Amino acid sequence: MKNSVFLGAFAATTLVAGLAQAQTTLETVQSRGELNCGVSTGLAGFSAPDGNGVWQGFDVAFCRAVAAAVLDDPMAVNFVPTTGQTRFSALASGEVDILARNTTWTFSRDVDLNFTFLGTNYYDGQGFMVTRDLGVSSALELDGATVCIQTGTTTELNLADYFRVNGMAYEPVPIETNAEAQQQYLAGACDVYTTDVSGLAATRASFASPSDHVILPEVISKEPLGPAVRHGDDQWADIGRWTLFALIAAEELGVTSANIDEMKAGTDNPEINRLLGSEGDLGAMFGLDSEWAVRAIAAAGNYGEIFSATIGEQTPIGLARGLNAQWTQGGLLYAPPFR
Amino acid sequence: MSTSDDLRRMTSVPKRSFRPSMLLYDQRYRSITIQVFFLFMLMLGAAWLIDNTVSNLRALGRDFSFAFLNAPAGYDINQRPIAYDSQMTHGRAALVGFLNTIILAVLACALATVLGVVAGVLRLSNNWIVGRLMTVYIEVFRNIPTLLWIVIFGAIMTEAMPAPSAFRGDDPAASMLFNDAVAVTNRGVYIPSIEFVRDLGDLRIGPVAPSLNWLLVFFVIIAGIYANKRLIAHATAVQNATGIRPKTWWKSILILLGPVVVILVALGAYLDYPELRGFNFAGGTHLRNSLIAMWLGLGIYTGAFVAENVRAGILAISRGQTEAAFALGMQPGKTMRLVILPQALRVIIPPLISQYLNITKNTSLGLAVGYMDLRSTLGGITINQTGRELEGMLLMMLIYLAISLTISGAMNVYNSRVKLKER
Repeated sequence: MKNSVFLGAFAATTLVAGLAQAQTTLETVQSRGELNCGVSTGLAGFSAPDGNGVWQGFDVAFCRAVAAAVLDDPMAVNFVPTTGQTRFSALASGEVDILARNTTWTFSRDVDLNFTFLGTNYYDGQGFMVTRDLGVSSALELDGATVCIQTGTTTELNLADYFRVNGMAYEPVPIETNAEAQQQYLAGACDVYTTDVSGLAATRASFASPSDHVILPEVISKEPLGPAVRHGDDQWADIGRWTLFALIAAEELGVTSANIDEMKAGTDNPEINRLLGSEGDLGAMFGLDSEWAVRAIAAAGNYGEIFSATIGEQTPIGLARGLNAQWTQGGLLYAPPFR
Repeated sequence: MSTSDDLRRMTSVPKRSFRPSMLLYDQRYRSITIQVFFLFMLMLGAAWLIDNTVSNLRALGRDFSFAFLNAPAGYDINQRPIAYDSQMTHGRAALVGFLNTIILAVLACALATVLGVVAGVLRLSNNWIVGRLMTVYIEVFRNIPTLLWIVIFGAIMTEAMPAPSAFRGDDPAASMLFNDAVAVTNRGVYIPSIEFVRDLGDLRIGPVAPSLNWLLVFFVIIAGIYANKRLIAHATAVQNATGIRPKTWWKSILILLGPVVVILVALGAYLDYPELRGFNFAGGTHLRNSLIAMWLGLGIYTGAFVAENVRAGILAISRGQTEAAFALGMQPGKTMRLVILPQALRVIIPPLISQYLNITKNTSLGLAVGYMDLRSTLGGITINQTGRELEGMLLMMLIYLAISLTISGAMNVYNSRVKLKER
């Protein structure tokens, strides 16, 4: 008797677990009412909590846009801080719905780790930062240097390749988070700190005297950073991908958080109308309403607004648009048509 | 019917047939029923876990394979007990990590044992200051998590020591210790290393290739220790026979040191001193901050626990033993060394085993200060770069299990040699 009750309960639980798995990510997120977004443990400009404990930054703004599109509330995001080491497990296990943690899009991560990258939201490259009084002007003068490096990142592999190819020796000091790396670098425990150039700029901006540190001219790798989701739920991947494209297209089309209210009523540009839902019903194609893009853009502005508010030249991070300008401005940002 | 038939019917146990309810209500069967039931539940639980894993892996489109161990690792490791570069395999990187784990565990166990025995004995000292000092050491270190100690030692090394550039120039801000032999920097401690002019090459055994020079020196040391043991045994035999113990100290020194000096001179051994070259010191042996922080953190922390074990062991020996030794005219130091400690060992060894196991397992905290142990290589970078969490974690668990069981087995053999012989 007891046995059969137990087995019955057991079977029921398994069934419920099975049903829960059959739910799409979109349904899971909507029934939860909150988007779980994996971010870094704190990288100024990209994702870091501000003085009030509210997460701010470039990657954070993307999560808020997705939450606005899907849940109609840009603040309904639960930010999960992940280290370079824990981020992929967090995404693969379903702890986070989307990973927006300046993660480099690579073949093996896409294919072997079974993630779908939603595009590139920041074109980056790996660089080196040294103190000015070291008197080094090129990365090729770094033979024998001690290099601080965040472990579990592509930078670790690029670094090994770069020094091997150039026949130089180095002493790696593996470190888990950006904050620790910063501390070790400032204490002089390493001569060089290496990570993506954007990360170096962000880190340098938080130093007491940023002008004492120089970022060397060599950029030794391509680092297309972008948000990622798990394989297997194409609808969810499409929502993330096209939210990113909506932000990029909005900048190209001149849609900003300031003028979006008047533009969503209808303009004489059919592309804008389709994007903002006054013409056609693109949102319904992936299970959202027609105003999904309006909410996504209204959350933190278009790509350009997000960039200049979080990491642009007016901010302490001070990054130029460079490769991250629109294709019409000589950059690489190019959103496919909304049609 | 005869009376004998009646008698038989009355005395014989009634032959009752087996009924299923007896499985629960008959004491003869109940325990078996319960055990079978629990075994069944256990197997069901295990089957559920495995099935869950397999179906989840399939849902994610993942297979279960250890092939990644043969792929090039691509990352560098700073502390390399064996030859390694970024083009070698993940398996090789894991082996480097494993050896780093062993190196750290051995160093920390040695430090913890020495500190523990000294502090444990001194805590019982009649000298008030010494006794209280040891109490402070034990209580402070025992009651603060080991991870904090590791981070603190790491921070002291990084923040408080001079950078290598401070040693540069005509009037350097920092200078080397011990006649320019040792440099303490914020990147670690550089000490002289022993190098050989004549190299006999390496011995190739599987993945590792130990230097023949060092094997030879090691062998000579072991032979010397064995010969010295025979000498002592002989001296004891002579003492037992004649009552006079022959002088052995100069023979011991000759046997222990003589052959080693001869072999070192023959191989042309010299000390390689560290010197400032480029960004860092070159030459000598580099004890990295991570190693030092882990070594001190684990060794001093666990030493406090060992000290308590030692104290407990000593207190377990009855006061009469000390009084008897004193009555024979033995000095306190000799009493401790010859009478108390040998008896206390049988109480000390079993908890000491678990302290050694703790140290070995706690080496996996290495990532906190960037020490490249098994957890940081196989369980950290490799898993992260290949995405093989399940395989990597399983392999790592198996390796830690194997290390722990080996330590435990070896210590149990030692324990059975020192424990009270009961015949």
